[in-house]
Amino acid sequence: MKKLINRQAGPVGRWALGLLPFVILVVLYLVASDARLAANPNDKLLPDLASFVDAIQRMAFEPSKRTGEYLLWQDTLASLTRLALGVAISAAIGLVVGIATGALPLVRAGIAPLVTGLSLVPPLAVLPILFIVFGLGELAKVVLIVIGITPFLIRDLQQRAEEIPAEQVIKMQTLGANTWQIILRLVWPQVMPRLISAVRLSLGSAWLFLIAAEAIAATDGLGYRIFLVRRYLAMDVILPYVAWITFLAFAIDFALARYSRWRYPWFHQAR
Amino acid sequence: MAIIELNNLWKEYGDQVVLERLNARVEEGEFITVVGASGCGKTTLLKMLLGTERPSRGQLLLDGTPIPDEPDETRGIVFQRYSVLPHLTALQNASLCGELDANRWLGRAFGATRKAIRARAVEMLEAVGLGAALDKYPHELSGGMQQRLALAQALIKKPRILLLDEPFGALDPGIRRDMHQLVLDLWREQGLTVFMITHDLAEGFYLGTRLWVLDKVRRDAQSPESYGARLTYDLPVGDSKKGTLQAIARNVHDTSRLLQGATP
Ligand SMILES: Nc1ncnc2c1ncn2[C@@H]1O[C@H](COP(=O)(O)OP(=O)(O)OP(=O)(O)O)[C@@H](O)[C@H]1O
Ligand SMILES: [Mg+2]
Repeated sequence: MKKLINRQAGPVGRWALGLLPFVILVVLYLVASDARLAANPNDKLLPDLASFVDAIQRMAFEPSKRTGEYLLWQDTLASLTRLALGVAISAAIGLVVGIATGALPLVRAGIAPLVTGLSLVPPLAVLPILFIVFGLGELAKVVLIVIGITPFLIRDLQQRAEEIPAEQVIKMQTLGANTWQIILRLVWPQVMPRLISAVRLSLGSAWLFLIAAEAIAATDGLGYRIFLVRRYLAMDVILPYVAWITFLAFAIDFALARYSRWRYPWFHQAR
Repeated sequence: MAIIELNNLWKEYGDQVVLERLNARVEEGEFITVVGASGCGKTTLLKMLLGTERPSRGQLLLDGTPIPDEPDETRGIVFQRYSVLPHLTALQNASLCGELDANRWLGRAFGATRKAIRARAVEMLEAVGLGAALDKYPHELSGGMQQRLALAQALIKKPRILLLDEPFGALDPGIRRDMHQLVLDLWREQGLTVFMITHDLAEGFYLGTRLWVLDKVRRDAQSPESYGARLTYDLPVGDSKKGTLQAIARNVHDTSRLLQGATP
């Protein structure tokens, strides 16, 4: 028999091994929930499966009695819009500033210390300021995401741009390229796949800031809903929402990874 | 007039003297092979020709005026590695210089211009034997193919001076010989001036029109850094006396050991 360190799971085995912990968690939950409900049928902490199905049915597939909207989809749309706007704006700023500071030493000397300073400001600490300045509307929430993840994106992309081998920058010059052309034909295309991986890394923080902003001031959104129903200890709504958010985060990350592999094969295969 | 002139050229890094008292004139169209011990300053000389390093003392002249201190299209280069752009296919790599020329702002060409640039790139790639790999990315090419691509990319720009820093050092001797032949053919066709560094003394000895040996004349075992390498041999290739190769080999070997001992 082979040493443990050399043994690989087959394709089926890998799926089975990967699913196993999830199955164990679900079973553990059901057992615990059963035990608590047997002691007290009105317990709200660990609802059983039927209450989940019921809550999902209510939130996703029946119009709300008060507003006539399908709440889950409305919340999802609101949250994803904010997230997409925030991340897109951050990525655009990160790309432009990161390339400028990474490729041009003079710009770096002027701007990099400022970016480093800004990145040390805790974003949640400026949230009240955002609400005061931008009001309680959509803008404040989007800006919180932007403030939260842009400094990281800028610094990461600056570093990636600086990492481009000097040989390639010299090569471009010997082929007659001016500074702008070097940025356009060398730095920008090489930084794009790195932007995608930086965005993937920052999505976790983006969700954090989004939910924090929605919890404090919003009238819809996934974070808003969770914090609203918390007052009624509605675990049957909160847990499916959390699972749904997790799934959305996973799906976005997966899509970005796939897109990057498809669009930038030279980046992924060369390593 | 000489295209390149070295007038009492020195290069120092702090206290370390790398090159000292280099004097030479190079005419347009010469093919100069540079050999020397590892660490004696061959790449440093090439970097000064390229414009990324500046002489500490003396003059390095291009057409009688100090050489520009940043890289430009007069001097093409092929490095040992990282020479081609990894995000472009072979054809895109070879088309790049034409596209940069065609549009100052976009660095891209369209329509008929684009077609013409592509046609020329294909022709060049076929000349270096990459006709079957047009749409491959560099990471899909072998080391030798990547260097051939780098060569094609540099030559299609028709630089006046081509700098080669051990471009084939990582290849098998057999393939290396083919590549040398290729460089010689292209050099004859385009009539450019070539500086080529090679590690292999015996190979360099029979290549091109002129052989330069960079070597330390004074060797101080206590502080090998206080004396730089000089141009100890400047020979026309082909009519050298017997025994020269052995003498050069012996000196270079001594310097090698000195440098390796000093910087383990
Ligand atoms: N930027 C630098 N700063 C300080 N010292 C340097 C620098 N660049 C090169 N040197 C030193 O100059 C000397 C010559 O280096 P160089 O790279 O020119 O050698 P080389 O002849 O090309 O060697 P090899 O055959 O191994 O490539 C070395 O001792 C090196 O440590
Ligand atoms: Mg070298």
